[in-house]
Amino acid sequence: MDFGQIFTLTITQAFGVTALIYLFAAIGLNIQFGYTGLLNFGQVAFVAAGAYSVGVIVLTFDLSLWLSIVVALITSTILALLLGIPTLRLRADYLAIVTIAASELLRLLVRSIAFKDVFGGAQGLNGKLGQEFHDLNPLPADFTLPVLSWSRQDLWVVIVGWSLALLFTLFVWGLVRSPWGRVVKGIREDEDAVVSLGKNVFVYKLQALVIGGGIAAFGGILWAVAKQSVQPDTFQPDFTFFVFTILLLGGAARVFGPIAGTVIFWFLLAGFGEVLSSLINNGYIDFLTATDVGSIRFMLMGLGLMLLMIFRPQGIFGDRRELALDAR
Amino acid sequence: MHANTENTAPGRAAAYNALRDVAQVPGSPKPDPILIADHVSRQFGGLKAVDVAHVEIQRGSITALIGPNGAGKTTLFNLLTGFDKPDTGQWTLNTKPIAGKAPYRLARMGMVRTFQLTKALSRMTVMDNMLLGANGQSGERVFNALLPFTWKAQERANAERAMELLGRFNLDTKIDDFAGSLSGGQRKLLEMARALMVGPEIVMLDEPMAGVNPALTQSLLGHIKNIREEGTTVLFVEHDMDMVHDISDWVIVMAQGQVIAEGPPDAVMKDPQVIEAYLGSRHGSALTADGTSLTADSQGGNT
Amino acid sequence: MLRRVRLALGVLLLTSVAFLVSGGLSPATAADTTITGTLTSPSGIAVTGVVITATGADGVSVSGTSDEKGVFVIPLPAGGSYTVELDVTTLPEGITLNNEADASRSLLVLGGEKRIIIGLSEGGESGIVTESSGTAERVVQLFLDGILYGLVIALGAVGLNLVFGTTGLTNFSHGELLSLGAFTALTFNTAGLNIIIAAPIAIVFAAFVYGWGQNRILWRPLRRRKTGLIAAMIVSIGLAIFLRYTLVLFFGGAPESYKQFAGQPGIALGPFNTTPKALILGALAILALAATVVWLQRSRIGKATRAVSDNPALASATGIDVERVISVVWIIGAGLAAFAGIYLGLTQNTVWNMGQRILLVLFAAVILGGLGTIYGAIVGAMVVGIFIQMTTLVIPTEMKTVGALFLMILILLVRPQGLLGRKERVG
Repeated sequence: MDFGQIFTLTITQAFGVTALIYLFAAIGLNIQFGYTGLLNFGQVAFVAAGAYSVGVIVLTFDLSLWLSIVVALITSTILALLLGIPTLRLRADYLAIVTIAASELLRLLVRSIAFKDVFGGAQGLNGKLGQEFHDLNPLPADFTLPVLSWSRQDLWVVIVGWSLALLFTLFVWGLVRSPWGRVVKGIREDEDAVVSLGKNVFVYKLQALVIGGGIAAFGGILWAVAKQSVQPDTFQPDFTFFVFTILLLGGAARVFGPIAGTVIFWFLLAGFGEVLSSLINNGYIDFLTATDVGSIRFMLMGLGLMLLMIFRPQGIFGDRRELALDAR
Repeated sequence: MHANTENTAPGRAAAYNALRDVAQVPGSPKPDPILIADHVSRQFGGLKAVDVAHVEIQRGSITALIGPNGAGKTTLFNLLTGFDKPDTGQWTLNTKPIAGKAPYRLARMGMVRTFQLTKALSRMTVMDNMLLGANGQSGERVFNALLPFTWKAQERANAERAMELLGRFNLDTKIDDFAGSLSGGQRKLLEMARALMVGPEIVMLDEPMAGVNPALTQSLLGHIKNIREEGTTVLFVEHDMDMVHDISDWVIVMAQGQVIAEGPPDAVMKDPQVIEAYLGSRHGSALTADGTSLTADSQGGNT
Repeated sequence: MLRRVRLALGVLLLTSVAFLVSGGLSPATAADTTITGTLTSPSGIAVTGVVITATGADGVSVSGTSDEKGVFVIPLPAGGSYTVELDVTTLPEGITLNNEADASRSLLVLGGEKRIIIGLSEGGESGIVTESSGTAERVVQLFLDGILYGLVIALGAVGLNLVFGTTGLTNFSHGELLSLGAFTALTFNTAGLNIIIAAPIAIVFAAFVYGWGQNRILWRPLRRRKTGLIAAMIVSIGLAIFLRYTLVLFFGGAPESYKQFAGQPGIALGPFNTTPKALILGALAILALAATVVWLQRSRIGKATRAVSDNPALASATGIDVERVISVVWIIGAGLAAFAGIYLGLTQNTVWNMGQRILLVLFAAVILGGLGTIYGAIVGAMVVGIFIQMTTLVIPTEMKTVGALFLMILILLVRPQGLLGRKERVG
């Protein structure tokens, strides 16, 4: 077994394009769920909104990528308002069901034959998405990384993606230490109390949903640009739940929670997968096949989400003072 | 009757004088009402939880809203503060009609409430709890939030005011503690201080004494009196008649959704109708345990 | 790595929903009485050159060939009973039917344009799944289909709602109780037991292991720890993911059928086409639901269940053993869910994500009827079942779930307590 290679592959995934997509969704969810307490089970819809905006504008309408980014933000805002205005007055569990239902509803719509001309049906939209972005790649054409296995194109996406992610993290940090952040945290703790102090809770929740959705949409934009493909069935509800797992792992309502959660989540998941695959390929494990690795990874993900929620709801870097509160 | 009145309490004296000549009947008009409600009703299924024809709350007084469990006190509170929607009814704050207004608007207009089950925001510090109460903060607008220079000065001023209030409520040593780590009584105090942070004209306290240990009750009562002395009107819900005796200037009694009696505490407690409402619902046991004097009064009233 | 997995999952999903995708709209024809349809592969490509033959009761047969758009039209001499056969040898390479026996089926054409939907898959499976026809005949067919579907939903929704009512848990892993039941029956079935025997054993097994056992191992300790309802909801999501991929690990991703009754030929009851198994299952479902309702109304523990749903603290104070009630609720809920899963396995097939696919429909039923009320769950399920089938009159079949989800969202906004639920007291 080549542990060096396993480690390299694992690191590549822990900081790679897919991890970044989840990271944007998690930063957005951190505002919505972590700070404001909104049980948004339809985060994947915002990612899909971002990805499909790019796909439709660039491929279906043959317009500029830059325009599509603007459209993606407008679309995600409209989606947040459509979801939020009617539902944010509902109980938390109702909100969860409505948002997950809405995300499924949207997925079924974009994959339908009826809108195939626009959204590409079950096949989605595939082709030269993000050419304008890749044209800006400053890396020399024959560039290769010494250790990590990113292509020149992926590295460019990763550099820009992480810069944006840090920028958004800074943005969240600024938001939550302001009086605005204090109000949304209050809403998370007890909505009625905040109402009784004269705050229009509904508006704050809507703002949190819009901001979090917009950041998640960037995950979708990144997806379309990096993978050159937007497919409806990648936007299943499980995506949202993996984002929840990431957030809980890194710690909800922690500024660096999403980053820590994403890197750890993908490091563990990829590392486990690579090690197991390697064991199977080298004949150390013969009762499993290479295709089983995928299932086992997902099983562990589910188990991880359960155990985290039961034993460490405040994340793996829990605050001792908060821990004490939980014990009450 | 008012032998226990503190001589150094001008607020109490003013309230006493203002209410001295008010008729002791349900719905009686007050000389300077801050809150006037008419025909407020709310039905749950077949049960008419609240059906109040007319009620007025005197400005600058401590008014107690009492009644046996299930009398509709909390529901009336919820209706008046906009947390529940009535089937019928109109009410005014400072003569401005406020029925149907969102609860947060009422809070901004100066009517702030607390809750029976204390709603301290557990995972926030005591100071953050307080600062949340301040109104008109520019930093609470999302566009200003990222520009600290637009709200830093205001934040400092609010923090000073919060410190002063916390000092009064003996919580100034706890500013960086999570609210969830406070004791039950301290949380009640925090909730009260936070309500005052809004700068209300009238505070509506829902069972402020519930769940507070007896040793702390006296100091809590003292704090409520102080609120009146600062010129703020207090309306509070309580089901234990003894609690209200010491601090309230006026008592409104509810039973089965209706106001059945009004008057100064001593007069109300002698009212046979009130005693019957209490005895009818509690079968007398709790009442006798709470206060033997009342039992004597009730016998006197019935003969 | 993950991408590969996801790709594989995507392909799986494509094949499993092939029947949804394959039913396009058929063109109008000059002939008065026709059988028509469109053949499309799961990836949306028209399948051409496929020969489909209809043979009447009098032995006269007519055939049609799908054109470059995949459309076939069989002009019929007159209305009547026909046997429709698809010549599988004319299918292009890589395109298959689920079960070759299913390529032949009988149906009644009363006149006008009769549309049939034939499910195709690329390397996977599917089959002639459903059929439809014009006008009132189709309305009746869909209505009855809706009732049968509604019964499955009701079986699933009752347990979901009972657990919610007694414990407050919004259980996102309830769909997996259906899948587990179906796959347990499949395991017994594969081991050699006829499904008629395997099914009841699986239901009892599911009730006690997946129901009672799950509550005992997971939910009861969580209640003891005073885990919040939202935390518990997220735990149930983790459990659902875990169980789903456990099924993939052990049974693979491809849909499977039980050994018996898989290709049962359809029968026509007047204008209504169905299979004997669907009718028998429907009758059994009605029996099971009726028994549950009677049990809730009459038995001591049933009454206790309603008391706990109403107010757990009060019920506990009056001497009801709340934990015992919850155990019973889990047993019944899991048993009914396993029945629903086997029902789906018999009428469609068993597939690892069958529970996940129906979960939102279960929620729709429960919310429509009112959270926490069992009658609400049943009424809601019937409404949703019929609604889902009937909407295919106006919207494409592939979007029928869209209608149900939309209905649910609408209900939540207009009447959050559901059709039969009570309004909650605020404050």
